[in-house]
Amino acid sequence: MRKIIRDGAIVVDDWLDLDATAPIPPQGKIIVPLARWLEEKPALLARVPRGVGVRLGPDHDPFALASDLPALALIAVEFPVFRDGRGYSIARILRQHLGFRGELRAVGDVLRDQVFYLRRVGFNAFAPRPGLDPEQVLAGLNDFSDAYQPAADDIVPIWRRRQPAPVA
Amino acid sequence: MYVYDRHDQTLIEERVAQFRDQTRRFLAGELSEEEFRPLRLMNGLYIQRHAPMLRIAIPYGLLSAQQLRKLAAIARRYDKGYGHFTTRQNLQLNWPRLEDVPEILAELASVQMHAIQTSGNCIRNITSDHLAGIAADEVADPRPFCELIRQWATLHPEFSYLPRKFKIAVSGAAHDRAAIKVHDIGLLLRKDADGALGFAVYVGGGLGRTPMIGELIRPFLHRRELLPYLEAILRVYNLQGRRDNIHRARIKILVKALGPAEFARQVEAEFERTRQNPDLLLDDDAIAAMQRFFAPPPYDPTAAEERDHLHWLQQDAAFARWYARNTVPHKQPGYRGVFVALKGFGRAPGDMSSEQMEAVADLAERYNFGEIRVTHTQNLLLAHVRERDTHAVWQELNRHQLAAPVIGTLSDMIACPGLDFCALANAGSIDVAEQIRQRFEDLDYLYDLGDLRLNISGCMNACGHHHLGHIGILGVDKRGEEYYQLTLGGRGGLDAALGERLGPAVPKHEVAETVARILETYVALRQPGESFLDTVQRVGIAPFKASVYAEPVSEERAHA
Repeated sequence: MRKIIRDGAIVVDDWLDLDATAPIPPQGKIIVPLARWLEEKPALLARVPRGVGVRLGPDHDPFALASDLPALALIAVEFPVFRDGRGYSIARILRQHLGFRGELRAVGDVLRDQVFYLRRVGFNAFAPRPGLDPEQVLAGLNDFSDAYQPAADDIVPIWRRRQPAPVA
Repeated sequence: MYVYDRHDQTLIEERVAQFRDQTRRFLAGELSEEEFRPLRLMNGLYIQRHAPMLRIAIPYGLLSAQQLRKLAAIARRYDKGYGHFTTRQNLQLNWPRLEDVPEILAELASVQMHAIQTSGNCIRNITSDHLAGIAADEVADPRPFCELIRQWATLHPEFSYLPRKFKIAVSGAAHDRAAIKVHDIGLLLRKDADGALGFAVYVGGGLGRTPMIGELIRPFLHRRELLPYLEAILRVYNLQGRRDNIHRARIKILVKALGPAEFARQVEAEFERTRQNPDLLLDDDAIAAMQRFFAPPPYDPTAAEERDHLHWLQQDAAFARWYARNTVPHKQPGYRGVFVALKGFGRAPGDMSSEQMEAVADLAERYNFGEIRVTHTQNLLLAHVRERDTHAVWQELNRHQLAAPVIGTLSDMIACPGLDFCALANAGSIDVAEQIRQRFEDLDYLYDLGDLRLNISGCMNACGHHHLGHIGILGVDKRGEEYYQLTLGGRGGLDAALGERLGPAVPKHEVAETVARILETYVALRQPGESFLDTVQRVGIAPFKASVYAEPVSEERAHA
C-alpha cells in the first residue's frame, strides 16, 4: 500500500482510487472521478457509510459538489503538473466558500516545494508523486513558521498583528 | 518608509533558508531543472546569456540609504561593480554566480530586502508613483496601500502558480506616473461623491507581444474591501486563465476573451464571497497604522524663507539648466524633488556603479532624510531636498556623472538590457540608445524639442515599454540582422495609448538618422508651444512616414 501524508504524519493510504469504469467493490473506501459521482450518485450514495470520495480535475467546478459535500468524506484534487495552480483555488473554494470539512487531498504531481502552500489553501492530505520519499515531502510542510496573509488556515495577517508603527 | 518587525524578518530569513536548500538540492541533482526553474524564478533568478541574472525587489521603488549602500556592496562583491534599475523599480545584477545567490539573499535580508516574486508566474513587485507623498496633484499617498498589497501578495499560497506573471501598480494622483493602465491590475486612488477614499480598478492592461490598455471594471472600490476584491480578480484569473499557450496566458487575454463586462460580473460574484472574510478587510486602524510608516519627514517650516539657491540660479547657467530640467516642485514650500539621472555619459539607461550608489546614499543621508526612490523611467529621485541645498547636491551629483540635465527629454530614454545581456532579445537596445544619445548631444536642440519619451525594447516582450514611447523603437531580427521598427504617438498616463507603427523596420546604423528625420518633421510642423506628442496626434503619422521613407538613408535600404 502506498504511503501518503495526512494531518502532518505519514500513513498508509486506506482509500482505493477508481477510474471511470473500474467495478466498485462492495467494501472499503473509494475515490471516484467527478463525472462518475454525478452519473452514479444514487448507487454511490448508498455506500457513503463505507466511505466515498470524489476526485476533481483542475478544470472542474467545485461548486458542482456544493450540495453533496455532507456525503463526501474525501475530495481529491488533481495536479497534472506542479506548475498548474488551479487546484489551489479549488481548495480554498471548497474550504472557505463551501465549508468542506472532510479530507482534502492533493494528488498527482505533488512535490516537496509546494506542500507548504498546499496546506495553507486547505489541503490536509498529500499523495506525493510516485518515487518521492514521503519523509522529504513532509519536511516541506515546515518551510515557513508564519505567513503574511490569511488563507484557509488560522493565520491572522501580519498587518493586523504587528506592533503599532513608530510615530515619525 | 515601512520597517520590518520580527514577523517580516522571520519570513524573509526562512525564505533565504528555503532557497538555499532548493539551490543545494538542484546542484546535487535532487531537483530537476524543470522543477527548480519556477522556484528560482520566484526568487528573481534567471539564467541569461552570459550568467544568471538576479532581480532584487525594491517595493514601490523606495530605498533607505543603508539599503542602497548594501546594494552597492553586493554589486561590488558578487557582480562587476554595477547594477541596472528597471522600469518596474527593481534592481538587476547581470553577473552573479548561481552558487552565490543564497549568500546574496542573506545579505539582502540583513537590510530588510529580498528578491521574492521578482519573476515567475506570481504577483510581482507592486509599483507606484515616484512622486508619492510630494506631488500637489495627489488624492492620497498610494504607498501605504502598496505595502498592504505587498504583504498580502508575498508568498501567497494560492497565487504562486498563476498562468503567467501578474503586475499591479497603484497611483494616487491626477497624473498617472505609474503606467497603471498597462498593468494586469491598475489601481487609481479616488474619492466617491461622499468623500470616501477608494480605488478605480483597471484590469487587463499590459505590453508584450499583445499590448492592451486596461479596462475599467470597477469605478469605485472602497479601501476597506481592496484585498477581497484583488483576491476575487486573482481567483477568477487563476482558475480560468489559459495555461495551454504561454503567449495567451496573461489576464488581458482572458479579459478580452470574456469581454470586460462578463469578466467584471464573474469578479463581482466571487467578491460577494471573499468580502465575507473579515480577515481580509482593511479597517481604518490597519490603514492608519500603515500610513504612519509613510508620514512626511520632519520638514523645516522655515525652509521656504531660504533663498540661497536663487543666487546660484542667476550666477551659474549650468546649474540653472539642471535645476529647470532635473528637479520638480514639492508640495512642502522650500523643498524640491531632485532626479539622479542614470542617463548620459555613455552608460546603459538605468545602470549605476557601486561608487555612484554610495555617493547617492551619502547625499540622501545629508540632504534627503536618508530616503531614495527609483523611478519608472530608470532614474533615482531624492524626493525632499531643501531648495537651498540643491546647488550643493548638484555639484556632488555632477562629480559622479549623475547630473546630465536631460530628465524628460529625448535623452532620458527607457531601454531594456537587450541583446547584450538578455536571452530573449532579438536585437541590441543599449547601443541603439547610445547611438541616439550621441546624435542628439546638443542640449539646446534637446530642450527645444521639449518633453519627449523615447523607449527602446530589444524584443516584442517590450520590457523597454516601446509601445508607450512618444517614439517607440522595437528591435527585430530580420534574416539574422538587427532591425528596428518605429512607432509614434504612444503614451502612458490615464489617456494611455499604444504607438502606431511608422513603416518598415530600419537597419541598426540608420536608427538615429531615422529619429532625426522624425524630429525635423516635428519641428517643421509644430505650432507654437506644441509638444511632439500633440503634433503627432494633430497631424497623424503620414507626414512622418513621408519624411522617413522618402529617400533611402543608405544604399542598403535602397536595395532592401
